[in-house]
Amino acid sequence: MVVLWTDALIYLLIVVMLTLGLYLRGKEHIQRPLQQISRSKIGMVSLVVLVFFVLIGLLDSVHFKPANDKKNEIISLLDDWATPLREHGEKTYSAPFATTLYSKEMIMLADGSMQWGYPRLEFGGRHLDDPETQRIPDILQKGLYGLAQGLGLMGLFMLLCYAVRQTYYERLNFIVRPECEGREGIEAQDPEPISPSTKAVWLVLFIIVPLATALIHLSAYYHVFGTDKVGEDVFYQAVKSIRTGLVIGTLTTLIMLPMAIIFGILAGFFRGWVDDIIQYIYTTLNSIPGVLLIAASILMVQVYMANHEADFTSVIVRADMRLLFLCMILGVTSWTGLCRLLRAETLKLREMEYVQAAQALGVKQDTILVRHILPNVMHIVLISVVLDFSSLVLAEAVLSYINIGVDPTSYSWGNMINGARLEMAREPIVWWSLTAAFVFMFALVLAANLFADVVQDAFDPRRSGNE
Amino acid sequence: MTQYIIRRLLYSLPLLMGVNILTFVLFFVVNSPDDMARMQLGQKHVTEQAIANWKQQHGYDVPLLWNSDAQGEKKLINTIFYQKSVGLFLFRFGVSDSGRNIGADIKERAWPSLAVALPTLMIGLLVNICFALMMVLFRSTYLEHAGIVLCVILMSISSLFYIIGGQFFIGKVLRLVPISGYDDGMAAIKFLILPVLIGVFSGIGSGARWYRTLFLEEVEKDYVRTARAKGLSETQTLFRHVLPNAMIPILTGVVVVLPLLFMGSLIMESFFSIPGLGSYTIDAINSQDFAIVRAMVFLGSVLYVIGLLLTDISYTLVDPRVRLS
Repeated sequence: MVVLWTDALIYLLIVVMLTLGLYLRGKEHIQRPLQQISRSKIGMVSLVVLVFFVLIGLLDSVHFKPANDKKNEIISLLDDWATPLREHGEKTYSAPFATTLYSKEMIMLADGSMQWGYPRLEFGGRHLDDPETQRIPDILQKGLYGLAQGLGLMGLFMLLCYAVRQTYYERLNFIVRPECEGREGIEAQDPEPISPSTKAVWLVLFIIVPLATALIHLSAYYHVFGTDKVGEDVFYQAVKSIRTGLVIGTLTTLIMLPMAIIFGILAGFFRGWVDDIIQYIYTTLNSIPGVLLIAASILMVQVYMANHEADFTSVIVRADMRLLFLCMILGVTSWTGLCRLLRAETLKLREMEYVQAAQALGVKQDTILVRHILPNVMHIVLISVVLDFSSLVLAEAVLSYINIGVDPTSYSWGNMINGARLEMAREPIVWWSLTAAFVFMFALVLAANLFADVVQDAFDPRRSGNE
Repeated sequence: MTQYIIRRLLYSLPLLMGVNILTFVLFFVVNSPDDMARMQLGQKHVTEQAIANWKQQHGYDVPLLWNSDAQGEKKLINTIFYQKSVGLFLFRFGVSDSGRNIGADIKERAWPSLAVALPTLMIGLLVNICFALMMVLFRSTYLEHAGIVLCVILMSISSLFYIIGGQFFIGKVLRLVPISGYDDGMAAIKFLILPVLIGVFSGIGSGARWYRTLFLEEVEKDYVRTARAKGLSETQTLFRHVLPNAMIPILTGVVVVLPLLFMGSLIMESFFSIPGLGSYTIDAINSQDFAIVRAMVFLGSVLYVIGLLLTDISYTLVDPRVRLS
């Protein structure tokens, strides 16, 4: 197993989230907003979509060197799983579900004569003898088979959940009934009705999982989203890009959070010269246009990498380093907003009675900071983390377009758009790369935006009225 | 008032100095001029002589901060810091790595940038306010709900797709306007329609949503209820009471970005090949012309500082409760 830098940080993030979850378990003030989120249909549905993306991203974050491989490549679990997709490259563009290339070529026929036409693909639809007539029935059949697989899987899962639920209530009633029969106030509990949000979650699961299995099943025989200029499967590219998007959306906030929280709280709490210095730092950083600061830093990283080629032996290590640098730089440019919010909130909080009472009782200042101020600004942190996520994913695409985003060799939606953009002028146009990037990005960002809204409603005390 | 402005101007000096030092560190300390020369001349087989020549040609052949070989005040003047960074304060941008005068380029290219950015901002503002007002007027109806959903959907689409889609459908399929390009004078208008349209459209989602929350905050205040109790109709309260008060945060938000309009939009200009400062910056980034990027960073921060100052002044103009002190 090989642990890349971003992988390590992702693991760290998971550990942090788990510990936070354990620590906050059973705390009343956290439970209430969480319950509000779990009651919201939109919130739960978008959470399911997000979790789906995160699972794919996690699969793609476990890297190892295959045992029987001579090329000294580092691949992830997802790559291993999708080996056929990865290796079934064509020569150049081919449309979704096509069996021939997108452009005409000279083909050598069986009898040795040459003909000008569309050559068959090496892998897409290889099993068909006569693509003209068999292709569409075959696609439908394979697609339905994949859908049925997914539906069957979900059906089994649902039965399992139902069984668990039934036994749970049976046991509950078994304990309650014999001893307490006849006593007042204790009655057998009927199963709670299934809430609308749970129903919505099941519905979404019943859509996503069969769709995914159908796509997986089809992608073994066809290029579901076509192939790109060098013949790589676009579906594979789009799926691989999920990790890049998630890494930028999450690690950037992980990197900027400590800075923003510490500086923001210190500035608000101590005021005076501490406040002046911190305000000076963030105004200075803020006054440099963000894109230019990112561009300048990425240029510097490029120069550094060019001069230290020996340190970056493998392409994937290099791309990973650049991704990490991008996260850091984005973190540096984006912490100022949160820092300012936290400073303002701390300024307000330190005048509150309970903080003054703590001061009057002689509680040490750092204890006040950790026990009284920090927990009470956490809702701001949480909201801004969720809000920033989608804008960071969108920013990645734009930055990659200007060539100051992720490494050109790594998979990202920005790189896919960038590569496909020039083909818009082609006649007939190559639309599938753009469409694939659009669909995946839109699904992720929309889910993140909707979820952010629900989280904000639940955690923002000013919004608590409009439940 | 004058006193306040002067004080603010003096306060912005350390800010700009900070920006200057930061860019200096980023561009000259993290990577030495030798690294830059190697980058420009190509990685492999670069002789020491070639590097020395390149540095001399571009004026990087002096020490960074302190020239101990020189005499008197030359110790300070004959350094990269003095020649390349201090000059920026007097808007002496110097020569780019490809040998062009940056100051003249910037003057020439600022106008096309402005020609795209200013209409985009103004029309965008108008459209967003109208859209937000509609949502507030029909609040807690299905119409508002549909509006919010539409906003979230519009927000979730990358601006790149707006540009590509707009260029494809309006420019290529319908052939209404040229896909990209620019011309001098009034002939530029037909090139500007599409970028402005797309710029406005891509901003609706987040803009209208933001303004809606601002309006909603005002709508719930007591004076609005009083106005309604006096018998004003809903539209009258909205336009006479809510709109002017909600305009304060909206206007100040606009004033901050006004000076930055000169900088143009990076992606817009490069997609539509408009010869503005945005595409200038992109070209510089792509050809790794550090002199231009440095100049643009400094220019951007100067404009931002001016924007902050304008914001403070505009606060006092639109809101008499705020006093400068």
